[in-house]
Amino acid sequence: MPRKPIIGWLALAAVLIVFPLVFTGAYYEQLAAFVILSAISASAWNLVGGYAGQVSVGHAVFFGVGAYMPLLFYKLWEASPLLGFPAGIVVSVLIAIVIGVPTFRLSGHYFSMATIAVAELIRILVSDWDFLGGAIGLMGPATPRGWWDLVYRSSVPYYYIFLAVLAVLLYITHRMERSRFGYYLRAIRAGERAARSLGVPVSRYKLYALMLSAGFTSLAGSLYAVKFGFVDPGSALGILVSVQMVVMAALGGAGRLLGPLLGAVILVPLQTTTNTFFGGAGTGLAFILYGGIIMLLSRFEPGGLLELWERFQARREARTARGRALLGAGEDHAA
Amino acid sequence: MILLQVIVGGLLIGAVYALFSSGLTLIWGMMNVINFAHGEFVMLGMYAAFWAFTLAGLGPAGFAPLAAVLLFILGVFVYLALVRHVMRGPMLAQILSTFGLLLLLRYSAFWAFTANFVTLPDDLVGGSINLGGILVSAPKLLAGVIAILLTAGMHLLLTRTAIGSQILAVAEDRQAAMLMGIKPDRMQALAWGLSGASAGIAGALIATFFPISPTVGESLTIIAFVTVTLGGFGSVPGAMIAGVLIGLIESLSAFYFGPIFQDVVVYGLFVVILWVRPHGLLGKA
Repeated sequence: MPRKPIIGWLALAAVLIVFPLVFTGAYYEQLAAFVILSAISASAWNLVGGYAGQVSVGHAVFFGVGAYMPLLFYKLWEASPLLGFPAGIVVSVLIAIVIGVPTFRLSGHYFSMATIAVAELIRILVSDWDFLGGAIGLMGPATPRGWWDLVYRSSVPYYYIFLAVLAVLLYITHRMERSRFGYYLRAIRAGERAARSLGVPVSRYKLYALMLSAGFTSLAGSLYAVKFGFVDPGSALGILVSVQMVVMAALGGAGRLLGPLLGAVILVPLQTTTNTFFGGAGTGLAFILYGGIIMLLSRFEPGGLLELWERFQARREARTARGRALLGAGEDHAA
Repeated sequence: MILLQVIVGGLLIGAVYALFSSGLTLIWGMMNVINFAHGEFVMLGMYAAFWAFTLAGLGPAGFAPLAAVLLFILGVFVYLALVRHVMRGPMLAQILSTFGLLLLLRYSAFWAFTANFVTLPDDLVGGSINLGGILVSAPKLLAGVIAILLTAGMHLLLTRTAIGSQILAVAEDRQAAMLMGIKPDRMQALAWGLSGASAGIAGALIATFFPISPTVGESLTIIAFVTVTLGGFGSVPGAMIAGVLIGLIESLSAFYFGPIFQDVVVYGLFVVILWVRPHGLLGKA
């Protein structure tokens, strides 16, 4: 814990705001925008997977719904993709209820299994549904008809939009940490039976966490769709989408405010590099790598890098404290 | 007549589902751990059969036991190296450990075996058999019958032998079992081995009539989840009934709605079961 957290926050905000002004060029700008977008979806996953401890491995379903809805609105009515954002959130929250209500009464395994089953179910259905473009997918407006289409040639405007959304999400998460909601979730994660015996409405609060998480994941999907102007079942609903949220949050630190952002900052550039070097094979390589990282983390460091760092800090502080005590004892002796 | 053939085919494939699902229900019921990579174990069993045939010319009588042994070893290894350490850890670690294993195995298989489908030759088991006017493919019949026998064998092993009693004792009460001189770690490793072996041999059986690819485990894992949930977790007889039922439902939906929808119906069924009867047909509430 830094002694003056506000300074740390300002420094982090300054770095994130200035970044695209320093590192210019299409490659870096696109990369930076993608880091922030990934941080949004991983932070959204973190609400239910990290804070509530309910591990979803099918969050792609919410991301995919959010990604399809704006482009569907454009395809059907030539409407602004922005109008699809709330529609995506509503549908995602409804899916969250369908998954959450039955499984949150049972042990956590059922929830994880249901998320992957529903995600696959929707992916197969969408791939075969011509209304949603089938395996080809949907396109957004190619040229902007007005600001409300959110079509920009450069990645920089998107970067700042994503950053604003991330800031709002992290602020809400931060507020939640110190609210009754946050304490309930922490109690649930520490032990459901104990939480229930203390009067925490366990199933209900797990469901709230999932609904909130689903809403923000859907928003991340919508932002993805307007940035790239195109979605297909693989890119929006594929298993890699879910895996990325899981691995980024878990690597940085699940259940920690900045864990997902840290994970995204490390992994997105890494994945982009493997894709540039290995082309199509890069995706397969990313899967193998992510599988390995997830396994090693759960075996050795389930708390992620932030916890590792805190332990390191604590040990160093203990060492300096002990050193100071020894010094002090020496001085006493001399006197 | 075609409908009858679809039904028989569904029941036979369902028996194979029952076999590998009984492996999943064993470890789930025993230590409350799920294995997201169970379908990948089946996939590896299929490749083990394919390579044993291609490289050494082994027939089903050779490659099915071989796949069982290999996957037994893998199961024990996964338990000792991974699952044992995360079992009592946070939920996140428990679930993500085998999910990571799934990714690693599936995509390493892509890398090692390429995405192309491979098949064992059609005439390995040979043609089809006419059962009173119903044509049944011989490899499916063989796979179904062997799967039923093995699943029944698994049930007998658990309920009628000393080893089985020791496994169930650990499942019931780890501490009490230890006081009786049972080593829980060894029993749990054995359960993972048996679970792997059931997946491996099921994979070898499926390989005789089904194309083999790295992604085949994807739907098999979810089918195993549905089967275990419907059968009541920890119950081998439940898995037997549920597996056959799911094979039947899958075949009928492929027949009526088209093959793409066979998975859709089964996955949808999973959500319905969770809403209506989460503890399964034979499970206790």
